[in-house]
Amino acid sequence: MGRIQLNQVQKKFGDVEVIPPLDLEINDGEFVVFVGPSGCGKSTLLRLIAGLEDTTAGHIEIDGDDATMLPPAKRGLAMVFQSYALYPHMSVRKNIAFPMRMAKIPQEEQDRRISSAAKALNLTDYLDRRPGQLSGGQRQRVAIGRAIVREPAAFLFDEPLSNLDAALRVGMRMEISELHKKLATTMVYVTHDQVEAMTMADKIVVLHAGVIEQVGSPLELYRNPRNLFVAGFIGSPKMNFVEGSEAAKHNAQTIGIRPEHIDVSTTEGAWQGTVGVAEHLGSDTFIHIHGIPGCDPMTVRASGDVMVNHGDTVYLTPHEEHIHKFDAQGLRIG
Amino acid sequence: MATQHSRSAARLMMAPAVILLLGWMLVPLIMTLWFSFRKYLPLRGGDQGWVGLENYARFISSSSFWPAVQTTLIIVGGVLIITVAFGIVLALLLDQPMWGQGVVRILVIAPFFVMPTVSALVWKNMFMDPVNGILAHLWKFFGAEPVQWLSQESLQSIVMIVSWQWLPFATLILLTAVQSLDSEQLEAAEMDGAPFLKRFWFIILPHLSRAITIVILIQTIFLLSIFAEIFVTTGGAFGTRTLTYLIFQRVLESQNVGLGSAGGVYAIILANIVALFLMRIVGKNLDT
Repeated sequence: MGRIQLNQVQKKFGDVEVIPPLDLEINDGEFVVFVGPSGCGKSTLLRLIAGLEDTTAGHIEIDGDDATMLPPAKRGLAMVFQSYALYPHMSVRKNIAFPMRMAKIPQEEQDRRISSAAKALNLTDYLDRRPGQLSGGQRQRVAIGRAIVREPAAFLFDEPLSNLDAALRVGMRMEISELHKKLATTMVYVTHDQVEAMTMADKIVVLHAGVIEQVGSPLELYRNPRNLFVAGFIGSPKMNFVEGSEAAKHNAQTIGIRPEHIDVSTTEGAWQGTVGVAEHLGSDTFIHIHGIPGCDPMTVRASGDVMVNHGDTVYLTPHEEHIHKFDAQGLRIG
Repeated sequence: MATQHSRSAARLMMAPAVILLLGWMLVPLIMTLWFSFRKYLPLRGGDQGWVGLENYARFISSSSFWPAVQTTLIIVGGVLIITVAFGIVLALLLDQPMWGQGVVRILVIAPFFVMPTVSALVWKNMFMDPVNGILAHLWKFFGAEPVQWLSQESLQSIVMIVSWQWLPFATLILLTAVQSLDSEQLEAAEMDGAPFLKRFWFIILPHLSRAITIVILIQTIFLLSIFAEIFVTTGGAFGTRTLTYLIFQRVLESQNVGLGSAGGVYAIILANIVALFLMRIVGKNLDT
C-alpha cells in the first residue's frame, strides 16, 4: 500500500513561502511525476513527503495515517537521491544491506533480498565493489537497490537521472518504468525534464512557484493544458504563442499552436514568413520562422525530407482543431 | 612544457634550496652520530676520544631510560586520544549553524597561537596553582581539598596542558572534513532508519577516518619532542621525564654531550618505531 495525501501542506523558509498551502492525492501504485522549472519547489515538496523537511502547516497522510510528525525512517518510504548518496566506504552489498541492518532484519532474509535485488538490477557481479569503482548508471542502480530491499510503501526519486549522460538516461528511464510495472509500488518522481515526465508518468503534477498548475495524465496535459504555463512547459519543442490580431480572430488574448500542428508550404497558406535556423534531426526538421505577426520566431515541425534554405519565404497553415485559446489571465478558453 | 631542457633547468634552479635543506638536516644528524661515539664532556676535559658503543650501553642501562620511554608514550598516547575524541565532538558542534559562528571558531583556534612556554606557564600559575589557581578555588568552593596538580597528578597535568594546545589543530582539520561530508548521505542514512549515533558510527566516522589519520600522524611528530611544557612546569620531576627531557638533562645538566647524543639516536629509533606502528594501524586509511 502506498496512498499519500497532502492536505493544505505549506512550507516556509523563514519569511519566504516556498509552497503555499496545497492539496494533492497520490493513489496506490501510481507513478506520479512532479515537474517544473528549477526553483519551483518540487524537490521541497518531495522532501516534505519524505520527512526531511518539516511542514509549516497542513497534514501529510500515508495510507490514511497522519504522518506529518513522523521521522523519515518511520514513514516507510525509500528515497533515491540526485547524487545517489551511496556510502563510499561500504561495498555495494553493504550499501544495499544498510537499511535492513538498521531495521535488524535477520541475516538470511537480508541475503535473500540482496540477491533478488541484485539480480533484478544486474548488479550481481558488482556486489563486492565499492561505489567509487562503479559507473554512473551502476551507482544509480545501487541506489535503487538500496531502496527496493526496504520494500517501502512508496519510492521517492529526486531527479535521479540528471547526473547521467543522455544515452544512459533513456536506458534508465525504461528500467525505472519497467521496475514500476513489476513492483506496482507507488513512485513519486521529481524532474525538471518534461520528456522524462511525459514518458514515465501515470500522473503529472506541474508545479510553478510552489503552486500546482495542473494535475493529469501526460496526454491530458498535452491536449488540454489548463493555462499558458502548462501549455508552454509540456511538449517539445515549446508551443508557439500568438498574440494580437491573429489571436483576436479566435476571440482570445493568446492562441497557442504546437510546432507539430502547423503545415508548411512554399506556395500558399494563412501566414507568410521567412525561414531562419533549421534544426535537422533526421526524422524531423524544426524550422524557426520569422515575420509571423504576434509570434517571432515561430517553430514548426516539418518532416525530415523538407528542404528549405535560410531566407526562403514559406507559408504556414495551423490546424484549426489544434489551436489552444487562452484569455487575458492566461487561462484556457473552451 | 616539461621538455628535457626545462626539466633540467628546473632542477638546477631548485638545487640551492634542496642542498640547503639537506645540509640543515644532515649536518646535525651526522654531528649527533659522531658525538655519540665519543666521550665528550665540555666542562670536564672536552673531547676525550673514541669510546665505541659505551655511550649507548650507558644510556640504555640507566635506570631513567625505560621510565622516560614509558612517559613519552603515555603523553603522546593520552594527548592523541583526548584531542581526537574532543576534536570530533567540537568539529560536529562547530559545524552546526549558530549565532556568532565566525567569532566562536576563531576563539576555538586561539590556543594554537599561544606559545607552548607561555601556555604552560599560564596553566601552571593561573589554573593549577594549589593556592591561587582557579582550579584550587573551584575545589575549595565545593569543599574539596585542592589538588596539587603538578606534583601529585603531574603526568595527567602535562597531558591536559598539551591537549589544550593541540585540540584546536585537531578540531580545525576535523571540522573541514565534517564540512566536506555530503549532506545527502546523511539524509539517505536518516531515511534508511539510522538514528544519530548510528549515522555517526557508520557514516560520519568513516568519512573522518582520513582526517583523523592526518591529525594523528602530524601530532605524533610534534608530541614526541615536547619539551617547553615540561621544562617550565615540573622540570622533569614527579615522573614527567620524557626521552627528550632526559637527553636535555644529560647534555646540559650533566654536561655529557656524548651520552646525550646516544640518547638522541635512541629517540630517532623510538620515533621510527612509533611511526611504523601508526602507519600500520591508520596508514591504510590513506590508500582508499
